[in-house]
Amino acid sequence: MNLVTPEFGLIFWQTVTFLVVLFVLSRYAWKPIMNALKDREHSIENALQEADKARKDMEQLKADNEKLLDEARIERDKILKTAHQLAQETKDEAKVQAQKEVDKMLSDARSAIQAEKNSAIADMKKQIAALSIEVAEVILKRELESPEKQTQLVADLVKDLKIN
Amino acid sequence: MNFSTYKSQFIYRLLPIFIGIFLISLPLSAKTEDGEKSEKFNPGETIMHHIADAHEWEFFIIGETHYTLPLPVILYTPNGLDVFMSSKIHHGKEIEIEKEEKGKMSKVHATEVKTSLNTYHYEHGKFHLESGAGIYDISITKNVASLFLSVFLLMFVFFRVAKGYRRNAGKAPKGIQSFFEPVIIFVRDDIAKGAIGPKYERFLPYLLTIFFFIWFNNMLGLFPAGANLTGNIAITLTLALFTFFITIFSGNRAYWGHIFNTPGVPWWLKTILPIMPLVEFLGIFIKPVSLMIRLFANITAGHIIMLSLFSLIFMFKSVAYLVAPVSVVFAMAMTFLELFVALLQAYVFTLLSALYFGQAVEEHHHEEAH
Repeated sequence: MNLVTPEFGLIFWQTVTFLVVLFVLSRYAWKPIMNALKDREHSIENALQEADKARKDMEQLKADNEKLLDEARIERDKILKTAHQLAQETKDEAKVQAQKEVDKMLSDARSAIQAEKNSAIADMKKQIAALSIEVAEVILKRELESPEKQTQLVADLVKDLKIN
Repeated sequence: MNFSTYKSQFIYRLLPIFIGIFLISLPLSAKTEDGEKSEKFNPGETIMHHIADAHEWEFFIIGETHYTLPLPVILYTPNGLDVFMSSKIHHGKEIEIEKEEKGKMSKVHATEVKTSLNTYHYEHGKFHLESGAGIYDISITKNVASLFLSVFLLMFVFFRVAKGYRRNAGKAPKGIQSFFEPVIIFVRDDIAKGAIGPKYERFLPYLLTIFFFIWFNNMLGLFPAGANLTGNIAITLTLALFTFFITIFSGNRAYWGHIFNTPGVPWWLKTILPIMPLVEFLGIFIKPVSLMIRLFANITAGHIIMLSLFSLIFMFKSVAYLVAPVSVVFAMAMTFLELFVALLQAYVFTLLSALYFGQAVEEHHHEEAH
């Protein structure tokens, strides 16, 4: 029966000791340990939250970058397209201009040639006239060297002269 | 990472403790018992002797020599406080006293212990005054000494753990701190938070203290010559009483309402035939009683089994060499089981205490689980 009969002495010492242990450990062990654990959990939680925030920021930044890039790409395409268009227009205009120039040059050349031709023809005519006179002079001189011939001529002329 | 270094450091740190225990045990007053050699081995008596409390701490017996640590005896008598060492018992005179047992007067062996204050009869581990007047025995018995040892150990360990938190603030736990941190967090998160709920914090110091108190003492009880502290009904009774008082003093309106006006019970079971309030009221007391008996019975049973296994060797004296290996193997298996039980019973006691506190501080009773 000794086994299940609680002894007064033990109850007394257990009560006293346990209360002391409870007080001392609560104050000098559990309190600092719990506070330290809590602090650490808080700091870990904060760190995790910050990491999460940083990740979200990064994502945001990435998305922003992507958007900017997209915009830049669109801008580039637009610029390129305009440039192409402009170049084409310039090219076309240049072509037209050149054609015009060519045409003008051609017509100028043509009129110049014509003028040259005309003056050459006129010149030739003059030369021919002068030459003709010279030839006629020479011929005349030769024809009228002797007085018989002159008389002949006059006779011929007179012969031809038909007096009606 | 560097486990071997850590391990050797750990053992190195524990070494002084082992050496200390060894040194304490050496200069023990070695006495030769002039008892009857021919006395037959009585396993029941031996086992009861080992699991019961004693006024001295017996470590081992070699031949006829008992290696014991005498402990102070403190008696509160009508003549005042009487303090003397337990070794005095052995210097006392062997006498025979008349004692009434089961209505019959019979002679029993006792020791007469004389002090400057009183003369006591020491019989069956108890002091009685010659006059028969009542005395209070608050001696530092084997269990009390073991209790002090465990308290010293608890404080030593957890002050170091707390120091670790101060030293490694904001860093990863180290050494003994990292060993106990998961256990502390387990008590906090799985026992206190789980069973009590949001108001767990005010019960946490108590829960941590009983958890480690019971665990450490269960473990100390497993040492050879260790005291059977948590297997002592006085200790479990006191622990259960703490839980009981904390429960009833933290009980809120909802708790008492639940006991005396149980929701969901027909009115006539509460007024005309008040079975429910009676059952619930008895429950307040049955819960701590179950705590008390569970821990006491589990630990004592473990000790009895271990001692029975060893007793077998002495019972089969002639074939002891055959029985001994079997006993030792069984005892080894039992020791492993007891190591587990030591932790399990600490867990169960703490968890149930937490559950009772949880019931006491629960605010609403939406879903009753009966």
